Amino acid sequence: MKTFTVMLAAAAGLALTAGTAAAQEKLKIGMMVTLSGPSAVLGQHQRDGFNLALKQRGGKLGGVDAEVVLVDDELKPDVAVQKVQGLIERDKVDIVTGVTFSNVMMAIAKPVFDSRTFLVSSNAGPSPLAGRACSPFFYASSWQNDQNHETMGKYAQDKGFKRVVVMVPNYQAGKDAAAGFKRFFKGEIADEIFTQLGQLDFSAELAKIAAAKPDAVFSFMPGGMGVNLVKQYTQAGLSGRIPFLSAFTIDETTLPATQDAAVGLLGGAQWAPGSTLPASRAFVEAFEKEYGYVPALYAQQAYDSALLIDAAVKAAGGKFKDKEAMQKGFRNAQFESVRGPFKMNTNGFPVQDFYVVKVVKRADGKFQTEPVEKVFTAHEDVYAKDCPLK
Amino acid sequence: MSLTLFAVQTLNGLQFGLMLFLVAAGLTLVFGVMDFINLAHGVQYMLGAYLTAVLAKVTGGFFTALLLAMPLTLLLGLVLERLVFRPLYARGHLDQVLATFGVILIVNEAVKLAFGAAPISVPVPEILSGSVRLMDGLLFPVYRLAIIGAGLGTALLLWLVIDGTRFGMLVRAGATNAPMVSALGVDVRRLFTAVTAFGAMLAGFAGAMVTPILSVEPGMGDGVLILAFVVIVVGGVGSIRGAFIAALIVGLVDTLGRSFATDLLKLVMSASTANHVGPALSSMAIYLLMAGVLAFRPAGLFPSRSAG
Repeated sequence: MKTFTVMLAAAAGLALTAGTAAAQEKLKIGMMVTLSGPSAVLGQHQRDGFNLALKQRGGKLGGVDAEVVLVDDELKPDVAVQKVQGLIERDKVDIVTGVTFSNVMMAIAKPVFDSRTFLVSSNAGPSPLAGRACSPFFYASSWQNDQNHETMGKYAQDKGFKRVVVMVPNYQAGKDAAAGFKRFFKGEIADEIFTQLGQLDFSAELAKIAAAKPDAVFSFMPGGMGVNLVKQYTQAGLSGRIPFLSAFTIDETTLPATQDAAVGLLGGAQWAPGSTLPASRAFVEAFEKEYGYVPALYAQQAYDSALLIDAAVKAAGGKFKDKEAMQKGFRNAQFESVRGPFKMNTNGFPVQDFYVVKVVKRADGKFQTEPVEKVFTAHEDVYAKDCPLK
Repeated sequence: MSLTLFAVQTLNGLQFGLMLFLVAAGLTLVFGVMDFINLAHGVQYMLGAYLTAVLAKVTGGFFTALLLAMPLTLLLGLVLERLVFRPLYARGHLDQVLATFGVILIVNEAVKLAFGAAPISVPVPEILSGSVRLMDGLLFPVYRLAIIGAGLGTALLLWLVIDGTRFGMLVRAGATNAPMVSALGVDVRRLFTAVTAFGAMLAGFAGAMVTPILSVEPGMGDGVLILAFVVIVVGGVGSIRGAFIAALIVGLVDTLGRSFATDLLKLVMSASTANHVGPALSSMAIYLLMAGVLAFRPAGLFPSRSAG
């Protein structure tokens, strides 16, 4: 009797192992995005964009059943590290994707790479990962952080603006934005204003801008700061008089709040929902039908990240556990990106076009950005040359 | 750095100060009278803003929304007092901080569930949508004049209530020595409830007033709360007069610091160094001010409590 029980237990154990083995045939993806705090809306766009692509493919990526484990990094690097370790060790994910902010990305990159898990960014693109600290396990469907700012710098240069005021929050990403802008703008920086992170009221800065009488203003004010700035910029009568150039400041995450105040303002991006490319139109239409709001670039990047994974798994013949095959798959991924031409660089960042985008009011009363001018064609980030990968 | 720009920045500073006063007034009352640290004041401000935003959309009028939001924030204040604050009056400050911090987390998440994480906006009411030309190329929105008016009006009203009514007398007495007021036969519990609800309504009013110029989003009260604490600590806990003057000082120091610190530093150091030091210094300015005030007048500029 006792022997029988043991045998039964052993059989049950075997069945259990078999069950796990069958479950592991699934491609497991850990999606880490910011879903709490004031920046949660960015993570929401990423999550919905990714899920749309997955849904359209019947829950499969590269012909393999995919399972997504969603986690919120709370925009706290320490929390993110704990949760990513959970994804790797407990959930045994094959790919970590998402990642909204660069400080979170820098915190989780090492543990993810050390476990030989792929990290597919659909937003954050910090410079170390593009340069010296690049990794064969890292791929981005977004951009390197500097590039959208460079786009505005090049645009200001091309437009022949002589004097520009640069206004950014006083923290690393703000300083990087200013540096990215200045890399391509060779005119005079009439004033460089560093504001407090999370600043609410910009009337003092706007008075300074009005007094400096520049040809244009360049600003990077993500999230609620951007909403406040745009509203106050327009209320102070500066909109329409001094061109407002920006990156990550006016997009579909903030337009529902800024509304008319943002119409006519300019931003730099690799894509905007007003794009007329067929793939883009189809994406925007499907997204709005599914979620009821206009997708921002974060949603597009996440959608493309799913397409990128899809292409990589397909190229590896469905063998997503084969790291070498997957690396090759990511490197040479062929898919129809919503943004248009897309090529993976040696450092895992895209080589792509960048546009100046403008805010418009649509016929249905909603607001969106649309590309008005292509600034860069097949633009490569400046850090790629420092990356030892070939 | 022209005189006009200086005048404009002074006006901006005063306007920012009065905005801070609207938030700080309720906080200083609750802290002063009940010796209760209410971190939830920031979310009461946020709820005022959200209620106004939603009601403005439903009713179509900003002023109707404002009028409706006032009693609702008062009511929310009453509920919060009954459920969370009351059991904590007898406890230490740490317990109060922990519990009200919990309220912040819960309400921020609840707001996100109810209204989404994206910021929402409230248009400037038609009648106040004009602007005044201040200097070449710069307009001052009439709405900001309305905020100045609201701040001054609130200050006047509070002064009349606190200095001229029986309720105000009890509030002042409570701020000075609550146990003694209780010993004299005043129902302190009812006084506390009234003050809390009133404080919540003031916070809600502040939140409602800023909606046309600031974005309405989850967590919008958190940053404001810190500034409000600076104001009441500088002004002296429990003192409306102190809060008023401190708010104006903080508003001016912050705005003028942001406007001129970097330019002034450029006179004595290289431009790139000034660009680093200036913003750091101006963002510290109000905290340096607070530290300075505390060093020389530990109870703030206008202490309401006679001893300890």
